[in-house]
Amino acid sequence: MTIENPWLLPQGIEEILPERALELESLRRQLLDLYHSWGYDLVMPPFIEFLESLLGDLGKDLDLKTFKLTDQLSGRLMGLRADMTPQVARIDAHVLNREEPTRLCYMGTVLHTRASEFAASRSPLQVGCELYGHSGAQSDVEVLRLMVATLRTAGVKDFTVDLGHVGIFRGLAKAAGLSQRDEAELFDRLQRKSIPEIEQWLSGRGLSEEQHRHLAALAHLNGGLSVLSQARSQLAGAPQDVLEAIDTVADIAERLQALDSEVPLHIDLAELRGYHYKTGAVFAAYLPGSGREVARGGRYDGIGEAFGRARPATGFSTDLKALVGVSCAAPERSQNAILAPAPSETQGDRALEAKVAELREAGERVIYQLEGDETDPLDLGCDRQLSHRDGQWALVSL
Amino acid sequence: MTQKTQQFIIALSKGRILKETLPLLAKMGIELVDDPSSTRKLILDTNHDHIKAVILRATDVPTYVQYGAADVGVVGKDSLMEHGGEGLYEPLDLNISRCRLMTAGKPDMPPVSGRLRVATKYVKLARDFYASRGQQVEIIKLYGSMELAPIVGLADYIVDLVDTGNTLKANGLVPLEHILDISSRLVVNKSAMKTKYDLVQPFIDELCQAIE
Repeated sequence: MTIENPWLLPQGIEEILPERALELESLRRQLLDLYHSWGYDLVMPPFIEFLESLLGDLGKDLDLKTFKLTDQLSGRLMGLRADMTPQVARIDAHVLNREEPTRLCYMGTVLHTRASEFAASRSPLQVGCELYGHSGAQSDVEVLRLMVATLRTAGVKDFTVDLGHVGIFRGLAKAAGLSQRDEAELFDRLQRKSIPEIEQWLSGRGLSEEQHRHLAALAHLNGGLSVLSQARSQLAGAPQDVLEAIDTVADIAERLQALDSEVPLHIDLAELRGYHYKTGAVFAAYLPGSGREVARGGRYDGIGEAFGRARPATGFSTDLKALVGVSCAAPERSQNAILAPAPSETQGDRALEAKVAELREAGERVIYQLEGDETDPLDLGCDRQLSHRDGQWALVSL
Repeated sequence: MTQKTQQFIIALSKGRILKETLPLLAKMGIELVDDPSSTRKLILDTNHDHIKAVILRATDVPTYVQYGAADVGVVGKDSLMEHGGEGLYEPLDLNISRCRLMTAGKPDMPPVSGRLRVATKYVKLARDFYASRGQQVEIIKLYGSMELAPIVGLADYIVDLVDTGNTLKANGLVPLEHILDISSRLVVNKSAMKTKYDLVQPFIDELCQAIE
């Protein structure tokens, strides 16, 4: 079999071309500066690690997503990171091992065997922030606001923040005595908000009328902030941890609105992204007309346990490539460089070299014409050129 | 906010589902301006300025809604399950276009030894069904006229929708095993549910009333 089109990239793998790459890199720098100004320290976890430490307790979902190979030195399986969050948790739990709250941020390429969502990249440029060592709503609000600031820096407009809490479903399922398998079945129906199927499924379980009513209510508990008072009345009599979870969501929503009333908030108490390792509030940002979330996060206390030290943790992450993709139309090629004549024409004029260095120092883009090249300077992205006048090198518009 | 001027696009499945959905929409006060059977337009206007309809092949409806090209859609549970439903909410069963997904074959067929050959357009559903029976099968993807496959020896069985069973009977086939009850569902784009809640939720509520 011959391989046709050897230049073709694998599905879900993309290259970033000049104008977009510039935009991406400039956003990358702005974001790292932003996180720095909020007190988040940058860490650079390795691209490849032993599988066990890479996966932590995140288990099967991440396992299937991870490209694997055998380490020729140790014979052990290694994985190419599919998510940097557990790596950063490992750094916090095991390497830094600080007692005080720790704020870390990270940015890097991750690889997915299968795209995590439809039409998503298999090599996202993941960027995120994590706050360890504090378990109150304040730290959730801080990372949530940082997520919002990230989207705004990237020029993403019209996003809605979706807020929920995994403890509500978890508490109700526990109170109803659902087995792990039952819980997974109901979880699937709840994720699809398939109200007829939820009703049908609950009816056959021998639940008390109250348990049935509580679990059935979840799929309806989404909308504006009024959902929270609805939840309090509809879930009255639920276990204490469920009611506390509702209060936490309300607390986060109130704090967020007090600090930043511009963010449109949507409450969805049946949204359970990352259910298997999240432990508290979960949130994500959605754009109209896209079907996928553009950024996501939440609380995942205890993730460090696999690495020897469980700490409260909350954080968010997003794919920088996706952000640049949604923020605006493809940028145009910049047309603001300066053309300097080829050295053969100037016989190594030192004054020219000094002038070029001065312009570059000032942030200008200066391109030397190549010897024998007759390309139109406009095609090289130039709008001015250096020309010798009255014994001096001066800029002339093209 | 520009809530009022936001567009709201409904994706409808061609054919029987469309015919049975339009009366429900009419009950909600939404009517197509053009006759869908004669117009050549792809995006149809309704009597509401901000509401548009697109009429698609049933299998394309989940995809359009998933990607956010349409906000909501009406599609059979068969197409929805075959698609996988990722990124979609399916809050309502419209109880229309009811039928069954079944296996069918020639009557009195001797048991087949080895791998069964099954012709269907529901590759995923057929594979899942036979896998749940612990049976290895070779799935043959067809786009139409399933009934022909067992007759000409292309496949041992077919997996297809059965309504009255007349097409099967006319071709000398009998329905065998019942896989799923099918009816049409309302599907909603996840993002639309959250970012256009003020348009989407009232639509769901009114449609829910129209069904009853």
